Amino acid sequence: MIGYRYLSGVTTLALDADKCQGCRRCTEVCPHAVFAVQNRKSRIVDRDACMECGACMLNCESGAITVSAGVGCAAAIIFGALTGGEPTCGGDDSAASCCG
Amino acid sequence: MDDQRPDTSNLSDRAVPLATIGPDCCGSAAGGGDNEPEAVEYISPEGWTIGSIGTPAGEIPQVATRLTGRDRRGHWRVRWSIGRMTFAIRPGLYAVGQPDRTSPVFVTANYKMSFDRLREQLDGRDGWIMVLDTKGINVWCAAGKGTFGTKEIINRIQSTRLSEIISHRRLIVPQLGAPGLQAHVVQQQTGFVVRYGPIRAADLPTYLDNGRKATSDMRMVRFDIGDRLMLAPMELIGYGKFALPAVIVLALLSGFGTGVYSWERVLTHGLRAAVPILGGTLAGSILVPLLLPWLPGRSFSAKGIWAGMLVLLFLASMFFVRSQTAPDWIGLAAVSLMILSIASFIGMNFTGSSTYTSLSGVRREMKRWVPVQAVSGVVGLGFWVAARLV
Repeated sequence: MIGYRYLSGVTTLALDADKCQGCRRCTEVCPHAVFAVQNRKSRIVDRDACMECGACMLNCESGAITVSAGVGCAAAIIFGALTGGEPTCGGDDSAASCCG
Repeated sequence: MDDQRPDTSNLSDRAVPLATIGPDCCGSAAGGGDNEPEAVEYISPEGWTIGSIGTPAGEIPQVATRLTGRDRRGHWRVRWSIGRMTFAIRPGLYAVGQPDRTSPVFVTANYKMSFDRLREQLDGRDGWIMVLDTKGINVWCAAGKGTFGTKEIINRIQSTRLSEIISHRRLIVPQLGAPGLQAHVVQQQTGFVVRYGPIRAADLPTYLDNGRKATSDMRMVRFDIGDRLMLAPMELIGYGKFALPAVIVLALLSGFGTGVYSWERVLTHGLRAAVPILGGTLAGSILVPLLLPWLPGRSFSAKGIWAGMLVLLFLASMFFVRSQTAPDWIGLAAVSLMILSIASFIGMNFTGSSTYTSLSGVRREMKRWVPVQAVSGVVGLGFWVAARLV
């Protein structure tokens, strides 16, 4: 995204180009322009911009994309750690950023 | 279908449905768990519905496309967390203008802010709005939780009898709904083709006028100063709920010291206890959001440290420079460490409201920074106690 960069080299995003059918859904759903399609094959052009939202994986009909999707939210991680569950928003009505 | 989708529970915060760009995250669903279907109280349609349209599936409420003062006051109250904790409208189908069988169908969340942002962009057009039950949460957050999702959209197509109302089989879904949705599954199960529209409702008129083509710019999420500014009040109020009691506790503790409990000390030292706590809270909840792109470092914890430094500089110019007496070094260390610790922690928590941090990244950031914040907070508090006793 223009003007912002988060930590490099952390994303769990992976693309299996052999499975890609070139449908372009990934370029349509990615909010950070991580993918580009050339010659009917998608490829990752900006890996470090990935925020692991999971939209590409869910919408990839051929199952070429995998990512360990989740919320990039410290409060959710703390909440998950305290309750012994997955990092998740909501659940309490605390200060923590969003999602009441 | 749903089994395939990993528990991406929540992407929460960053909100920004096709509608908003006002991340106000998750319009606060007030604790509605997934298993409490009707726990949400819906906002009365009075004021924003202006009639109804007859269809083979019954009367469909027609909505206004200009927001009223009442609508805007509602938005303002939600941003400041005033009053009701939910801001939800009844899910279902709504009409804009005089839609017919060929009019486009727009899908959105039942967070009223999302819905309002959408309908105001459809001014002068005809269309249908299909509102999903997202428990009053905006599109992006709800997609992360899965409530704006494949199952709900399929159920809603059936319960609204959409196929009887329109002749085409296309849905325009906000792009930020995609983390909850498998477009191809919706198509397989209902015959409806999902087209992802632009992220921001404001781009919708251009998108529609350009033959429903989104430019690459429309597909990129942003986090402009206006978006961040809108989050600041919610941040401040949220953390203020912790900061004020903390100030009171430290003030009361100030009464202890050499000799008997002293209310005079509560006032003098207690006021000073407010400085690091409120200073750190302001740095983390206001300066970090506002100065985000300009604060050095990629991790939000580091940005919080820099925001804390700015507050320290300000305090130094206010108090210490003018003061003729020798500085109280222990007190100074206590104030500095507490401010930096609090600012860094609150800054770190702003990852959740931002639009570009990943779970893996935040995990790495926390591994590095939480120990730093904890140690500096504890040592700062220790100095604070020591300064009282010296």
